[in-house]
Amino acid sequence: MSQQTIINAQGLDLTFQTNDGPVHALKDVNLEINKGDFVSFIGPSGCGKTTFLRCMAGLETPTAGTLTVNGMTPEEARKARAYGYVFQAAGLYPWRTIGGNIRLPLEIMGFSKGDQAARVERVLELVDLAGFENKFPWQLSGGMQQRASIARALAFDADILLMDEPFGALDEIVRDHLNEQLLQLWARTEKTIGFVTHSIPEAVYLSTKIVVMSPRPGRITDVIESPLPKERPLDIRDSAEFIEIAHRVRDGLRAGHLDG
Amino acid sequence: MKSILPVLTVVGAILMLWVLAVVPMNMHLTADQAQRDGVVVSPDTPAARQEYTGLGLTLRNPSLIAATFVQERPRLPSPHQVAVEMWNTIVLKKITSKRSLVYHGWVTLSATLLGFGIGTSLGILLAVGIVYNRAMDMSVMPWAIASQTIPILALAPMIIVMLGSIGIQGLFPKAIISAYLSFFPVVVGMVKGLRSPDGMQLDLLRTYHASPSQGFWKLRLPASVPYLFASLKIGISASLVGAIVAELPTGARAGFGARMLVGDQYGQPLVTWAALFAAAITAAALVGLFSLLERLTLRRMGMVQA
Repeated sequence: MSQQTIINAQGLDLTFQTNDGPVHALKDVNLEINKGDFVSFIGPSGCGKTTFLRCMAGLETPTAGTLTVNGMTPEEARKARAYGYVFQAAGLYPWRTIGGNIRLPLEIMGFSKGDQAARVERVLELVDLAGFENKFPWQLSGGMQQRASIARALAFDADILLMDEPFGALDEIVRDHLNEQLLQLWARTEKTIGFVTHSIPEAVYLSTKIVVMSPRPGRITDVIESPLPKERPLDIRDSAEFIEIAHRVRDGLRAGHLDG
Repeated sequence: MKSILPVLTVVGAILMLWVLAVVPMNMHLTADQAQRDGVVVSPDTPAARQEYTGLGLTLRNPSLIAATFVQERPRLPSPHQVAVEMWNTIVLKKITSKRSLVYHGWVTLSATLLGFGIGTSLGILLAVGIVYNRAMDMSVMPWAIASQTIPILALAPMIIVMLGSIGIQGLFPKAIISAYLSFFPVVVGMVKGLRSPDGMQLDLLRTYHASPSQGFWKLRLPASVPYLFASLKIGISASLVGAIVAELPTGARAGFGARMLVGDQYGQPLVTWAALFAAAITAAALVGLFSLLERLTLRRMGMVQA
């Protein structure tokens, strides 16, 4: 199987100009993400993991270095609607039903009415929310709302899914359940996923590649290729392999803190 | 419906204070009248009675208390007198009569609604301009605020005289003053509403590469609806006040304002009070109507939990 590079960052640098002076958010970041990878970005707050994800989405512009998404600049990729983005909060429009919320990107991108209906039904099925199309967001739990927001990001079939701490606000049990579902979804859709988190077990459980970052300035301190199989039941988290990777991530985080 | 009891309690308390106030307020007048009718009043000259307060005079002439409630031209009419006057002028008079409060109410209401329509449209347009245009953002708001610091009582006659001199009379000048008062809450509310979507929601639209007009119709406008309704409720009552004020200084022949003025000028307090209450009831009904519309709309939009 030939490895196709989807996202390629070389010597990426980003400095924000703030009222308190410049903030060095990303420093010399180099990373390649291949097609079908599930890549987690983990690190303490201020390490630039969300900023890096936003750069890939073309929501922030790096001050130096090159970054390509599908061989294009992130700006071009954004305009080509190359990715779906899931935010920390579900951010569903309260005045639209779940179906209406999922239709939002489809309406904006000009899909036909019939196509819209078919896609809404398919992605609702995918996130296990079939039958909730005509419910309003307030009628759903937090976990269900976040699933609906994932369905919204999947609806227009972008090959890349960028997720910024999507389960950060949910409790442990719901989170485990959604992690399991996300893996199944990834296996079925073969998407390339970029996933920001600050939970070590979550990163290890989900990823094929774990990118450990540290703050001031935001930089990559370790990239771990996970040896875990693609098929991962929840109890894999008790295996020796899993614990070993988690250990390496923790060490990486600690090292970043010491020399930071 | 749970609010009925507290509302009735407050109304009851106000009515009681009102009834209590009627006696001392009208006592001098009643005593003068009684003396003319041959009743012995203490003290026995108007000049001497002026030395007493209303309350003091009441204590010396308790037999006159009943009569204070039925004076023809009372200083403070009793509640039942106002109620009877309203019944006569709203229900019993034909609505084509110049003394029908329904007729006068419609004259004021039509100016109110036209002015409210103009003011609301202008307010929404200005808000859209302020949100989307940096130059308007910097320039319009201070003027809008300044416009509301000018006493409308000083401005109304000037506007009406100026419009009159170029041949515009009747409904339209009054509507302009209504609009002048009602556009402001709409501007303030709509600017806040159109700016209510947070950074995440705006970023989401950027990831879809949505156009600015899609952002307006699909996000900003629906997000502003709850703010709009709050503004409309303030705006509609301000509109009514504007229409009434516009009728006061210009010798208008019809409308609530005209009735209030007639009552004052011809010494018919009942006419003034009836017009005053009819205007208050109209305002309450308009605000109530918009509350109802708000509830229905927001429920239909799914923004309140049914």
